[in-house]
Amino acid sequence: MQVTVHVNGVTHTREVEPRLLLIHFLRDDLRLTGSHWGCDTSNCGACVVWLDETPVKSCTVLAAMADGHRVLTVEGLERGGVLDPIQRGFAECHGLQCGFCTPGMMLTGRWLLDHDPDPSPATIREALSGQICRCTGYENIVRSVRWAAEHPA
Amino acid sequence: MQVPAYVEYEKATSVEHALGLLARFGPEARILAGGHSLIPMMKLRLAQPETLIDINGLGELCYIRVTGGELRIGTLTRHAQLLDSAAAGRHFAILHDAERVIADPIVRSWGTVGGSLCQADPSEDLSATFAALKATMLIQGPGGSRTVPAREFHTGPYETVVAPGELLTEIRIAIRPGGGSAYAKVGRRVGDWPVGAAGAAIWLAGDTIADAGIGLTAVGAQHFAAAEAEEFLRGGPATEASFARAGEIAAEHCQPSSDQRGPADYKRHLARELTTRALRSAVRRARGTGT
Amino acid sequence: MNASADLAAAGEHVMNGAYGPVKRKEDARFIRGKGYFVDDIALPGMLHGAILRSPLAHARIVSVDATAAEAHPRVEAVITGETLAALKLAWMPTMSQDVQSVLATDKVRFQGQEVAFVVAQDRYSARDALELIIVEYEPLPVVIDAKRALDPGAPVIRDDLDGKWDNHIFDWEAGDEAATDAIFAAADVVVTQDMLYPRSHPAPLETCGTVADMDPVSGKLTVWSTTQAPHAHRTLYALVAGLPEHKIRIISPDVGGGFGNKVPIYPGYICAVVGSMLTGRPVKWVEDRSENLMSTSFARDYHMHGEIAATSDGRILALRARVLADHGAFNATAQPTKFPAGFFHIFTGSYDLQAAHCQVTAVYTNKAPGGVAYACSFRITEAVYLVERMVELLARELEADPAELRMKNLLRPEQFPYTGPTGWEYDSGDYPRALRLALDMAGYDDLRTEQAEKLARGEYMGIGLSFFTEGVGAGPRASMDILGLGMADGADLRVHPTGKATLGISVQTQGQGHETTFAQIVAEELGLSPDDVEVVHGDTDRTPFGLGTYGSRSTPVSGAAAAVVARKVRERARIVASAMLEVAPDDLEWTGRKFQVRGDPDQARGIAEIAMAAHSALELPDGVEGHLDASAVYNPPNLTYPFGAYICVVDVDPGTGEVKMRRFIAVDDCGVQINPMIVEGQVHGGLADGVGMALMQVIAYDENGNCLGGSFMDYLLPTSVECPSWELGTTVTPSPHHPIGAKGVGESATVGSPPAVVNAVMDALRPLGVRHADMPLTPANVWSAIQGRPQRTDLAIS
Repeated sequence: MQVTVHVNGVTHTREVEPRLLLIHFLRDDLRLTGSHWGCDTSNCGACVVWLDETPVKSCTVLAAMADGHRVLTVEGLERGGVLDPIQRGFAECHGLQCGFCTPGMMLTGRWLLDHDPDPSPATIREALSGQICRCTGYENIVRSVRWAAEHPA
Repeated sequence: MQVPAYVEYEKATSVEHALGLLARFGPEARILAGGHSLIPMMKLRLAQPETLIDINGLGELCYIRVTGGELRIGTLTRHAQLLDSAAAGRHFAILHDAERVIADPIVRSWGTVGGSLCQADPSEDLSATFAALKATMLIQGPGGSRTVPAREFHTGPYETVVAPGELLTEIRIAIRPGGGSAYAKVGRRVGDWPVGAAGAAIWLAGDTIADAGIGLTAVGAQHFAAAEAEEFLRGGPATEASFARAGEIAAEHCQPSSDQRGPADYKRHLARELTTRALRSAVRRARGTGT
Repeated sequence: MNASADLAAAGEHVMNGAYGPVKRKEDARFIRGKGYFVDDIALPGMLHGAILRSPLAHARIVSVDATAAEAHPRVEAVITGETLAALKLAWMPTMSQDVQSVLATDKVRFQGQEVAFVVAQDRYSARDALELIIVEYEPLPVVIDAKRALDPGAPVIRDDLDGKWDNHIFDWEAGDEAATDAIFAAADVVVTQDMLYPRSHPAPLETCGTVADMDPVSGKLTVWSTTQAPHAHRTLYALVAGLPEHKIRIISPDVGGGFGNKVPIYPGYICAVVGSMLTGRPVKWVEDRSENLMSTSFARDYHMHGEIAATSDGRILALRARVLADHGAFNATAQPTKFPAGFFHIFTGSYDLQAAHCQVTAVYTNKAPGGVAYACSFRITEAVYLVERMVELLARELEADPAELRMKNLLRPEQFPYTGPTGWEYDSGDYPRALRLALDMAGYDDLRTEQAEKLARGEYMGIGLSFFTEGVGAGPRASMDILGLGMADGADLRVHPTGKATLGISVQTQGQGHETTFAQIVAEELGLSPDDVEVVHGDTDRTPFGLGTYGSRSTPVSGAAAAVVARKVRERARIVASAMLEVAPDDLEWTGRKFQVRGDPDQARGIAEIAMAAHSALELPDGVEGHLDASAVYNPPNLTYPFGAYICVVDVDPGTGEVKMRRFIAVDDCGVQINPMIVEGQVHGGLADGVGMALMQVIAYDENGNCLGGSFMDYLLPTSVECPSWELGTTVTPSPHHPIGAKGVGESATVGSPPAVVNAVMDALRPLGVRHADMPLTPANVWSAIQGRPQRTDLAIS
């Protein structure tokens, strides 16, 4: 079947099998390898992207379900060479170590700040509770989101 | 990551169209809503439907409204929307209590209320929640629509009364005066399925319990309900002693099994403990004296 | 003057300001989603591999029929044990002098063991084709309970080994048994406890994988791999597969976390290499999460019996430990050869003991192989858990405060360097200072007051301590090797004509920030900015040999090599500068940024100018070659011994057994810190492991050998909600032997935190009569312990 997906503002039309997972469509078909995958059971959140205005676990969404919709991946955060505050926050606050969970964390952080521009650390932790990091112990991720909240664009 | 087996795909444009597709593709077709119950099963190849009927475009099934003395929830409502709904929370705090502890925020953004109910996992929180609220399910089929009480909706683990050609479209909860509700869950970690959970809905007339609904999940309670405990409470006083006794009765009548989440005796204990806690909280809310 | 000893001399050096919380260079690509991980690789013509795995824990293989799979239109090849046997690759050596099956031939010995490898045009077809392979198994009785593995008549798992009639692997011991026994016999107080450190798994977020590309024309094999030890892998591929080593290139690109999981060579890697050889095309194999959890290197699984002997006024005299070690179906633990139980014998901990003795018996079971992984510093996690639980239980027995009891028995600063009863030579430490700082930060006395007040109201809070000493940075050639390869690591430094530098190191990063910290080391030694130094790592074609990143050894060994090589370059630069300034080399002093004629600041040259001169036509004196390059191999004289004092505060709901983490105070001392921001991050990450292992993580099995931790639905990892906001403190006690006084730190928090959490929960449950319960302290386990029925956590509840 054919799907047309608008990813980071660019329209892509591809012939795919209905069973193709959105994460594989993004990574393998579109070569947007910034989104990752880390589990089989929708637990780890390494695959989080936005589907229209909503963060989703793209390993649990078919590319077919994204047909006609917009997707935002980590590659779409930087605009015109300018980093999003969430990206700057992660770099400022050592919010990443191996970098594997980082795209998903930033996309959820960005979504949270769009809805709650001044979230408490508890709110941030709750918002990120569906995503696993093995390196940072979460403290600096929370600080990174706070930094972005305090330094909006 | 594991990947699904080959499957065909259709996109429904209306409820009628969805019913037509179900009829056309037969019992090997499955409804695809949020997909967060079905797609994981397909990736592990525990489910291998021949055709997926995608109903995500059916905006007409995505609503929460108060009509005719009922709270009515369209089944395509995402968990996050139910959690976010002021109307739902005002009338039935248990809905917010439960949604807050279902899966995680990202899964909740896409998974649907209908999808979870139709998946019918024996540990599903919403099954216990709607059982406690004595909700009614609206099922549409080729012959029209029918209603089924929430307590008759499940026929076994992963099995419901929704027939192959039918679609669950709405959940209705009667709004009655003097009500308060609450949900209490124990999980091994945030986002985990419950080890045990209890939901309580009570309706007070003065200091007497006019009606009570107790829902239990993950402990082998019949129809996700503790009918005997409800019977005990009805017409009686809303006191600590009755909450405790109700908890005991609820625990006596459930049939938990031991698994990785915990041994049976612990789950039975949770049935008692959490029923008591949920009742206590539901009554406080009914009285307006706290949570 | 011994040049290398002088160059390696630790302690004073002029602080150039390059050490400090420098922001990471590697972040630029990761925050843009431009990291380059193994699954990101797409080469022209690349094929995809998938592994068929055994559903049974123990079974004879009757037949493997791949015909249908081979007929699949998108399948290029199917490799079975038979295919590999013809190439003599069906078995491979492990790091512990055992052999391990690559693809099973005679039997399968754990659920999830590799049986066949499909190579297909895309990953979905490879997965589909697995279902077309028909394997006939004849089930055999299983050995799951390690405590039953040595029962007479137990099924023999390793009948592939000549003359093997049981499941025994080895016995090992350390310490003075007679002296220890004598002390125990005469002691006022003896406390004993059985405890399990359950089977766990490092579960890095990125699973293991490889892209193997055998170029049929040049005969060069390039392997991109999630490996923590690319050079060791290269040498092993050469030895095992008979391929010429100079024609093998291993590249470890960006790696999404290692934690010891990515040290071994896995069967999937070998199958991908063979697949590439057979098809003449690159083959990618990346495992899914269930494969990672069920078949790659697990961690721990030590059944321990601890005993502590003390005087009635609280002087700890001696420790005894007996361990039953479950190694799974193959002995594939990764630790220095002479230490089959790793460094467990550091279980003497941070205390001034008179004697100690430990004995370890290792057995085979029908489970995945592994054991040394997950930031254990070679079993120091197990050792510290044992001693810190025993100290806690001793405090309870004596009705002493656990902080006071520790303070009374900690080694004193004047005792360092300290040789312990099992032979460890601790390099430096001021333990009481660290403990005092942790107690102050926690407000310990106030916490105890609060605890008593809460208890009076029927609320249960717990305060748990842990004091640990780590031994990291393996290790000296004299005592340590892995498969005969010495554990020295190297560094190559080239300073270019314009004064920028490239440092090649033999360790590489999986998130520890080496691209930044190693640049800082060179920058500090040469008066450069870290931005002027490019760190190259992970590619065996471009870096010197070394044994890789694990056991917190990067800073102690490779970091030392980087400092030494920078000092070699600096000494070469001195001579070039002396030629530039026409003075004798000894007339120059190093200011931290320049070589300056003593007493004449106008006569000075920095490294950039010297580099240009070294590449120029400047006449150089005898004994120094042109350019400004050097290489070094560092043989560490000893391990380094970081330490810390941790305090955990929890609240427990006895009605449900739920444990809530309230606070965690961590004081760490890793000597001189190159980058405090990165050190803090390392500690944060390890502390989360404490929460996870103490409260929720376990890879358990049922009585049929089914692995119950094969997904993240059941192998639960801590999230941002379970972890508190960590409170960190620091003391700095430099290592006297390390060139920059630094010690390792990557695993400290993983080592020190689990006992703190467990001690806290046990402290909370003490009024309810609970003495001990094993990890993970899930709500069910806590509640069961309160009922007087602590559960065995490694086997399924039946």
